[in-house]
Amino acid sequence: MSDIPKDLSYTKTHEWIGNDGDGTITVGITDYAQSSLGDLVFVELPETGTKVSAGDAVAVVESVKAASDIYAPVDGEIAEINEELADSPERVNEDAFGQGWLFKISIEDESALDDLLDADAYKAIVEDEED
Amino acid sequence: MAKRTPLYDEHVAHNAKLVDFAGWDMPIDYGSQIAEHKAVRENVGMFDVSHMSVVDISGPDAREFLSGVLANDIAKADDVGRAIYTCLLNTRGGVIDDLIVYHLGDDFYRIVVNAATTEKDMAWLSSQARDFDMNLAHREDLAIIAVQGPRARELAGVALDDELAERARKLKPFEALSTDTLSIGRTGYTGEDGFEIILPASDARSLWRQLNSAGVVPVGLGARDTLRLEAGLNLYGQDMDEDRTPLESGLGWTVAFKPAERAFVGREALEHAREEGVSHKLVGLVLEERGVMRSHSAVREAGSDNDDAEAAEGEVTSGSYAPTLARSIGLARVPVDWDDTVEVRIRDKWLAARIVKPPFVRNGKSRLEQD
Repeated sequence: MSDIPKDLSYTKTHEWIGNDGDGTITVGITDYAQSSLGDLVFVELPETGTKVSAGDAVAVVESVKAASDIYAPVDGEIAEINEELADSPERVNEDAFGQGWLFKISIEDESALDDLLDADAYKAIVEDEED
Repeated sequence: MAKRTPLYDEHVAHNAKLVDFAGWDMPIDYGSQIAEHKAVRENVGMFDVSHMSVVDISGPDAREFLSGVLANDIAKADDVGRAIYTCLLNTRGGVIDDLIVYHLGDDFYRIVVNAATTEKDMAWLSSQARDFDMNLAHREDLAIIAVQGPRARELAGVALDDELAERARKLKPFEALSTDTLSIGRTGYTGEDGFEIILPASDARSLWRQLNSAGVVPVGLGARDTLRLEAGLNLYGQDMDEDRTPLESGLGWTVAFKPAERAFVGREALEHAREEGVSHKLVGLVLEERGVMRSHSAVREAGSDNDDAEAAEGEVTSGSYAPTLARSIGLARVPVDWDDTVEVRIRDKWLAARIVKPPFVRNGKSRLEQD
């Protein structure tokens, strides 16, 4: 069973969200997602400064098998992107919750994070998909 | 329940991600498809391809039968120990399957056919064999392990017993040897050197483990596909099928029109197609931008103002990412008169690509001009 850290939040589209505590959040895809996709070959990230709304498709991860859109979990502005992934997309496979982070969003409304799934709720979704 | 090869438990033990392939539970990868691909290009890897079918053809009329039913000329394999690659055609010149045929002994030939086509191949061959004095045997008691890579022959030699290793060492490309129970061909589907070993199912696990101990890593079907694509090798069902002739599938070279007196199924249809002028060709494509082309992606000429993917005159038949080249490549069927600069429809955009002559990789290295 893939790793689902308890200190992160999740979406049903398999993004994880870490609260950096300073008005920004970090977003990546889960270990379950990277495992389903297989080896990543390209990662397309948004430009910093881009304003995003919850549910917008803001990035793309492409594996040998398929391309997958990544959605902004909350409203905000892209504050930083993981530049390493341009040359080393495999970081996402190797360390989905750590060095494989995709982008950071600066947010105004912290309460929007309350609507995200916790680890248990995400685990239930994964178990459902695996059946 | 899906079928399992004799090596199923080995795949599970090696943490394979198993998927259904033509009704078989097969390993798509063992953790990283790209790492496995690179292992074959740089070192050595092994594939369980026991889902493919071994069919033995024996008897006084075996050669005559094959001469009439295969598009390539079995006479090229008249020396015992030779193998050839060929298409099996229907009367319309369409491809029923592609296969390798090994001449293993007097009046004894062995063919290896695809898993998904086995049933229809057997039905076709049986129907064609009716008036011939010969025997057709689908050998479900055999397993197939392919060992591929620049060090494949060296390490396979370590795993085989001395006498067999010595015989195998002497094989030239497309030659094969056989014993009472097994056959070894210096053939493969990766563009690298290596062997394909056909042996009793009951011996498969032992050989697999010996190869593993000698340093050969398991490689899944995912890497098998990216390896064969880099090598410019066709995949039945994608690059050709019953409605396509070898001439429009990059396989004209496998059809032996000479000698003119050799009748074979599909000959008239192909000769007719040649006279009329073949309208499409199968070409290699290299994507010049970031993205991955896939089977059925539309292809148009560069500068075309046709934005409708459905109306495009070209189509990708096989597409993927090539780890050795760090970009996407594919095979595509396009009109014969097209120039080399084209565009491929990927995720709502037309991306630039160029036509190249496969293979894309040879001896582990890119054959592309600009990198």
